[in-house]
Amino acid sequence: MNIDTQVLSKSGAASGLHAYNGLKAKGCRQPEAPKVTTEQTTKRMAWVTQVYAVRDHKDKAAFAEIFGYFAPRVKSFLMKSGASPDLAEECTQEVMATLWNKCHLFDPTKASVSTWIFTIARNRKIDLLRKQRRPEPEDLPWGPEPEPDQAEVLGLQQETEKLGAALATLPPEQRKLVEKAYLGELSHSEIAAQTGLPLGTIKSRIRLALERLRHAMK
Amino acid sequence: MMMSSMKQIKHHLTEPLLMGYAAGTLPEAFNLVVATHISMCDTCRAALAEYEAVGGEVMMDAAPVDVAEDALAATMALIDQAPAPQITAPKPTAGGIFPGPLRDYVGGDLGDIKWRKVGGGVSQMVLETSGEASVRLLHIPAGTAVPDHGHRGMELTLVLQGAFVDETDRFGAGDVEVADEDLNHTPVAEAGVDCICLAATDAPLKFNGFVPRMAQRFLGI
Repeated sequence: MNIDTQVLSKSGAASGLHAYNGLKAKGCRQPEAPKVTTEQTTKRMAWVTQVYAVRDHKDKAAFAEIFGYFAPRVKSFLMKSGASPDLAEECTQEVMATLWNKCHLFDPTKASVSTWIFTIARNRKIDLLRKQRRPEPEDLPWGPEPEPDQAEVLGLQQETEKLGAALATLPPEQRKLVEKAYLGELSHSEIAAQTGLPLGTIKSRIRLALERLRHAMK
Repeated sequence: MMMSSMKQIKHHLTEPLLMGYAAGTLPEAFNLVVATHISMCDTCRAALAEYEAVGGEVMMDAAPVDVAEDALAATMALIDQAPAPQITAPKPTAGGIFPGPLRDYVGGDLGDIKWRKVGGGVSQMVLETSGEASVRLLHIPAGTAVPDHGHRGMELTLVLQGAFVDETDRFGAGDVEVADEDLNHTPVAEAGVDCICLAATDAPLKFNGFVPRMAQRFLGI
């Protein structure tokens, strides 16, 4: 299976193509393609392509695609975290503008686009709703590779996909607890007291899923 | 895939703390200890990435809420009028013992600290954060014991230099001890180098009475 073809054929943003061709063209080692690529993972790879199109070509069509999918989810997350609809709207637009402005910092070997946008939204939430400074860990001494290894990018998107799937299969009460923890409806001591089980479950499911995946990739 | 740890760190952040940091629900004082530890610890950096990914999936799962009709246009206008505010994570610097996030709060490194004595040879400097919890730097001279004390809430103690030993274990540079009401301990700074720690607690403290009460607790009165 050729990953490039599949990503390209499903990518909505035409100009995102340059970015991916760029990835392929540099003639680096082409590792064997993993055997599993779900529809969802393909979607995630397309988002990566779109972020690269924004980064490399200021591609407004690619940005519109990302915006169309993520802005309503960011707004929903912010409202559930306690923002009024008006504040959530304003904040969502700022989050999406930040995505445009900081797309050179996106590293698809470290985060899926969904994870990256979540961290931007979370930081804005702390600024705006909690009115606090947000101490960030020191950057690693190296930044994102301009053209990262494609298999590594795909692997990370797949891992995130597995994680989403593991989350979706949690029993409803456990899943509710995890959601509440991320929406700030539980204090950290309540989390410590209550979410040990679901977190352990998520993590062990992820571990199993990753082991299977690694096995399949051999 | 994961790089090996730069330092020999044995005591890591707990999962609830990593998750709380990923979710953005911890008090600022705890966030500072977490961000400082992660700057020193690749294991916890990788674990944090997992918890952030969970957050991303929780967000993806949320039922979408319609944005304003002109939201995209408004966002494009926002991008045009305010080009790229360059707020980035702190860069690592050579020299000094404070990782970036702590250096940002202190406005310098160890040499810039204005220590205040709290008794028993121990000194501290309280850092300014939001009121839900407090955080301070502690200076414990080599070989000095901090008198037996308990905790009124959760306390995180991150070692930046030297080491201390208590009833539970030895804590060296980069190690973080997570203590709650159940732990009563007598930390002793190892001989050799003075021990410098960053400690945060969510015990309900009134700032005015903080220093005397700390002295009280340290002196065991």
